[in-house]
Amino acid sequence: MTESIVARFSIDYVDFSLGVDLRLPGVGVTALFGPSGSGKTTCLRAIAGLERPRDGYLSVNGEVWQDDAKKLFVPTHRRPLGYVFQEPSLFPHLSVRGNLEYGLKRAGGATEGDGLERTAEILGIAALLDRGPEKMSGGERQRVAIARALLTRPRLLLLDEPLASLDLRRRHEILPYLERLHEELEIPSIYVSHMPDEVARLADHLVLLDKGSVIASGPLQETLARLDLPATFTDDAGVFIEARIAGHDQADELTRLDFAGGTIYVPRRRPPTAAGRVRCRIEARDVSLTLQKQGGTSILNIIPATVIDMAPTEHAAQVLVRLDAGGTPLLARITQRSWNTLGLAPGSRVWAQVKTVVLIG
Amino acid sequence: MTLGGAFSDSDLAAIWLTIELAGMVTVLLLVIGSPIAWWLARTPSRWKRPLAAIVALPLVLPPTVLGFYLLVAMGPHGPIGELTQAIGLGLLPFTFGGLVVASVIYSLPFMIQPLQNAFEAIGERPLEVAATLRAGPLDRFFSVAVPLARRGFVAGAILTFAHTVGEFGVVLMIGGNIPGETRVASVLIYDHVEAFQYAQAHWLSALLVVFAFAVLVSVGALTAVGKTARQ
Repeated sequence: MTESIVARFSIDYVDFSLGVDLRLPGVGVTALFGPSGSGKTTCLRAIAGLERPRDGYLSVNGEVWQDDAKKLFVPTHRRPLGYVFQEPSLFPHLSVRGNLEYGLKRAGGATEGDGLERTAEILGIAALLDRGPEKMSGGERQRVAIARALLTRPRLLLLDEPLASLDLRRRHEILPYLERLHEELEIPSIYVSHMPDEVARLADHLVLLDKGSVIASGPLQETLARLDLPATFTDDAGVFIEARIAGHDQADELTRLDFAGGTIYVPRRRPPTAAGRVRCRIEARDVSLTLQKQGGTSILNIIPATVIDMAPTEHAAQVLVRLDAGGTPLLARITQRSWNTLGLAPGSRVWAQVKTVVLIG
Repeated sequence: MTLGGAFSDSDLAAIWLTIELAGMVTVLLLVIGSPIAWWLARTPSRWKRPLAAIVALPLVLPPTVLGFYLLVAMGPHGPIGELTQAIGLGLLPFTFGGLVVASVIYSLPFMIQPLQNAFEAIGERPLEVAATLRAGPLDRFFSVAVPLARRGFVAGAILTFAHTVGEFGVVLMIGGNIPGETRVASVLIYDHVEAFQYAQAHWLSALLVVFAFAVLVSVGALTAVGKTARQ
């Protein structure tokens, strides 16, 4: 991992304090994930320079934006960043085009007419350019806000729950655009969210925050499969796996997915995406373990795996088992008794029976 | 009776002088009032309240009190008077310039309060957005705060103009009653009444009533439009 974003902050408010020491990759999407009040937004605002932490240090791909030891603080408007706020904050006195040009001009891209058109095209707002913001839906406004941030050609894109103010339908309208950005533009991004499915679809790197401190930080799949996370998170423990659509079984209405650990079937839901790449979520409580491959079972997805380790859960009767399936981490929630009767130990070969696989995108 | 017949030459001179004075005070207060209102709207400083109180003082002080202090300050031994003499402007009392200075101070709250309210209503967010789009502090003020507070500017300008037209006590204390120099409409009405010229007093007074009514209706309409626009 290239550790290209270094952020060290502490902020004290009357009823809340934030203390983080983060090293993040300088490429891809990093998700700041945690319950509300965990300090995600404050952390993002500090990176943007909208909050002034004390004793802060921040460098982004070699450029130092804040170093209080050297009394250095680059104000927000001199940081080459893009920021998308939770609610679509368009300037009401400007048209869509005026909003887009606001940042474009100030970032020194005045002559880039087609940059504006192209970005508007990617975000599906080309037809709205001459409208005023008040006559648009929340989803359209948020897409304009994203385009406006991108047109400043930021070297770091910060997104603060950009979908939170939208209803479910609008969310599904915007998510594909965010995925496209992820694939087509190589801007490192930090994405604040408290929605696991958004994180799973978009993020490469995951930072878990709780009560103002970092609980975990690492590549998405590795981090989700860690056992030492507090109960609040492992309560619905599970993993995300990257898979490729390998084909469809017309007669049974099933889609076959190939991933590093083998093949799984999911109910056919929609035509395959162009890339053919999808992510699925498997919850620990939907995975059971057997020593031999079972016949005569209704379970469709049975994956060979190796036990890596085990951790207790908040339930004394249950344990979480971490598995490795051809390089893909899996979690299984089983009883302490089963662990003992099956004689499981790190290195045991098992079959993971997966009751439910949720196709995310 | 035609309008030309209703107003004598000295009436028309006083009306023109009034418009000149109110126009100049409005322009000056737009320039002076904006930064003060901006600061009051955004500062976390503990000096905010005392300063806001000083700005609001003309609302409650008798105009004679304000006029008296200004007269002393601008007089030959007052600090402002010594300054204006030193830079070759002579003395301000009983001149048009003196009226302008006094009116600016007297009408200060009528410009600053609507502006401050308008700036406060914008909130932090649009300015933060502008900062993330590379706009520096001055740029943010002119490209975001001013257009978003334009109703406050219009309301402040109308109220300042109207209030300056309607002032009497301060004018009398500072400017006296010099035709073509400091004799504005409100002072002239007083003269007419003193001289038992009731017909002329009526015409001028009616003109000011109509003007004041029009001002209040337009400010009211402006506020109503602002409310529906926000809904």
